[in-house]
Amino acid sequence: MLQIQILIVFMIIAAVIAVESVDLLGAVVSVGAVGLGLSIAFLFLQAPDLAIVQLVVEILSLIILIRAVGIKNGASAVRERRFIGTSAVVICLGIFLIFAYKSLLEIPRFGSPIIGVAGRYLMQSLKETGAANVVTSIILDYRALDTLGEATVLFTAVIGVLAVVRKIGRKSKE
Amino acid sequence: MTLIVKTITRYTVGLILLFGIYIVLHGHLTPGGGFAGGVIVALSFVHLMLAFGRETAIKKMSEKAAGILEGLGAIMFLLIAFMGLTTGYFFYNFFRRVDTTETLVEYIGRPFALFSAGIIPLCNIAICLKVGAGLFAIFVALTFLKMNGDAAGDGEKK
Repeated sequence: MLQIQILIVFMIIAAVIAVESVDLLGAVVSVGAVGLGLSIAFLFLQAPDLAIVQLVVEILSLIILIRAVGIKNGASAVRERRFIGTSAVVICLGIFLIFAYKSLLEIPRFGSPIIGVAGRYLMQSLKETGAANVVTSIILDYRALDTLGEATVLFTAVIGVLAVVRKIGRKSKE
Repeated sequence: MTLIVKTITRYTVGLILLFGIYIVLHGHLTPGGGFAGGVIVALSFVHLMLAFGRETAIKKMSEKAAGILEGLGAIMFLLIAFMGLTTGYFFYNFFRRVDTTETLVEYIGRPFALFSAGIIPLCNIAICLKVGAGLFAIFVALTFLKMNGDAAGDGEKK
């Protein structure tokens, strides 16, 4: 677990840099570093499926942010410090952390879930679906309706983007 | 881009596309699957576009073709789901072969073989088409928006 803690510290530092950096390009690259750290953390937690997806999506989003949206090497917008807003956020975060500490003590230990269906999946998935990869057998056989919903969400997102940035019907500025 | 980037891209872009297809086809055997493989396939086209410019990538896959492929993937996924209704329920794995000698239910093909697991590889291919074409379409649309925005900005400056 030591590696994951080191990775989490690295990710927190990168996230703080991404928020506090004045340089926009540097901030975007720091966001990418957070994603890559998360991908390596998934590998340490023995979830290679998630690690591949996280790595690949992170690369694509980084390319879209830098290249397509067109973030140039420039300064970000000026931020003012407001005392009241910052203190309100800190108080809310403190309350959240107190309750999170109390509730996180109650959850079962890592590796011993209370929901028994996972064990059944691990035992039966090869026989029932024929897929050697348990993750695929769950997302495309046992929980295929979830995957259908996710595909619909992505489809709607693509249609939305294509409708917003389409060139037909756009009025030219004069 | 420079000559170095173009030369390297000429060698690597096919390998990236091939790796994406491998991830998709072996989604039921090794880590990966339709989503990750589709994004890798989209990334190979994005790679081509970054190195050689917009026109070369559009020549390989136009915006309209990407839209058609995305719709095709979505319809294929739904069709596989509905074909399960012919023998069972929604998303029923209909490539099922019942072994009469035993009560166990078996599938076409054996475990750990490429052609096994019934509808799962087909679903992976459908999701790959949907995700890859959709993300590439988004990328093309956003770069076009940026080019338009730059042109408008220049016009305003003049």
